[in-house]
Amino acid sequence: MQQIINFLIRNKNNLLFLLLLGFSLFLTIQSHSYQKSKFISSANFLSGGIYSWTSNINSYFSLEEYNLRLLEENERLRSRLSTYEDSLEIKTYVDTTYAEGNYIFRASEVINNNYAKVDNYLTLKSGARDGVERDMGVITSRGIVGIIENVSPNFSTVISILNSNSRINAQLKESNHFGSLTWNGKDPNHVQLTDIPSVAPVSVGDTIITGGRSLIFPKGIPIGRIEDFSLDQSESFFNISVELFNDMTNIGYVYIIENTQQEEIRRLQNLTEDE
Amino acid sequence: MNSVIVSNTVRFIVLVLLQVLLLNNINFLGYINPYLYVMFLVLYPFNGNQTLFLILSFLLGLGVDIFEDSGGINAAACLVAAYIRPTVLRFSFGVSYDYQTIKFSSTPAGSRISYVAILVLVHHFVLFLLEFFNFAHFLLLVKKTFFSGLFTILLIFLTLALFSRKSK
Repeated sequence: MQQIINFLIRNKNNLLFLLLLGFSLFLTIQSHSYQKSKFISSANFLSGGIYSWTSNINSYFSLEEYNLRLLEENERLRSRLSTYEDSLEIKTYVDTTYAEGNYIFRASEVINNNYAKVDNYLTLKSGARDGVERDMGVITSRGIVGIIENVSPNFSTVISILNSNSRINAQLKESNHFGSLTWNGKDPNHVQLTDIPSVAPVSVGDTIITGGRSLIFPKGIPIGRIEDFSLDQSESFFNISVELFNDMTNIGYVYIIENTQQEEIRRLQNLTEDE
Repeated sequence: MNSVIVSNTVRFIVLVLLQVLLLNNINFLGYINPYLYVMFLVLYPFNGNQTLFLILSFLLGLGVDIFEDSGGINAAACLVAAYIRPTVLRFSFGVSYDYQTIKFSSTPAGSRISYVAILVLVHHFVLFLLEFFNFAHFLLLVKKTFFSGLFTILLIFLTLALFSRKSK
């Protein structure tokens, strides 16, 4: 017993080192698995508070830019509204295939954004008290940003599309061929679209939109433009390089999307799989 | 002794805040960021308690990790750098370290540079290795370590020159 205690005292620094190293590696590995929610995230009282304090100062410098974006979005929505009102007189039935009514949009402010690492996250200034929950989608007026991961009472973190763990269902605007959107960690303006079958009509400049298959994003939110594409080794799928519409390095305000039927659909799917 | 505790505490907090609020947003040429908070490990008293030093450097890295949402990569990198610091000190400063008589500001420039450079490069290598989490991008890893490390070393010496006391 004496010897064991002596051994522990003699090697206490080495043992402490191994213990703490093990713990930090555990945290690292955990942060690479997408499904688990993390112990340690910037959606806590201290770091969230400090980030929102600095973003209060920073946001003044970009007010003009944000105003322009809002004007642009208003203009687009107004023109859509006018065409919608025109069509109302002729069309009186409800288009049930277009399920936009099932989504709730909440505006929020980005208080921290990174894009230079391999796994990037954003922090938003709204949390559980504002009705934000895990697995809600986050978009801007120009395109998609990511998916909510961790939520605290006042803040939430978003797993950015610029994250090697992120996989988002996306499709071509021209046809209904869909694939998944990933990021190779290099350029914050380009993401990769994989698993698009080689029979799909792909050409440079085509628009990529979100597919309706995920329960997170509504169908048809713009993502980016095809910049380059090539066939993969098996020659049955395309590897497409997509230039994002969104400038991921400069995001001020975002919309959080809640799908009110998500729970119902998920329950139904689970029921079907169980049988 | 008290002033040592106070100055190290203040340095700890200021470096973490400076790192997460300012330096993480530099992204020079897209991917080069200085990690100035390593300066805490450089300046920690040479004759200080090693056990406390390990715990403090772990907390330093964890503090940065909380803000960055990066799991435990900074904590692990700081811990490794802190663990090898006595070896690096002995390597750079030789015998004078063993007698614990040296002060950082009164050491020869060559050994001072080698001490800082080894510590920073080891920290950055572990940091980026865990960030990439595989060896597939080994070249990018080395490139990032080298350039970010250079940036950090430069910034550490600039800061030291700026804040050194001229009371000799």
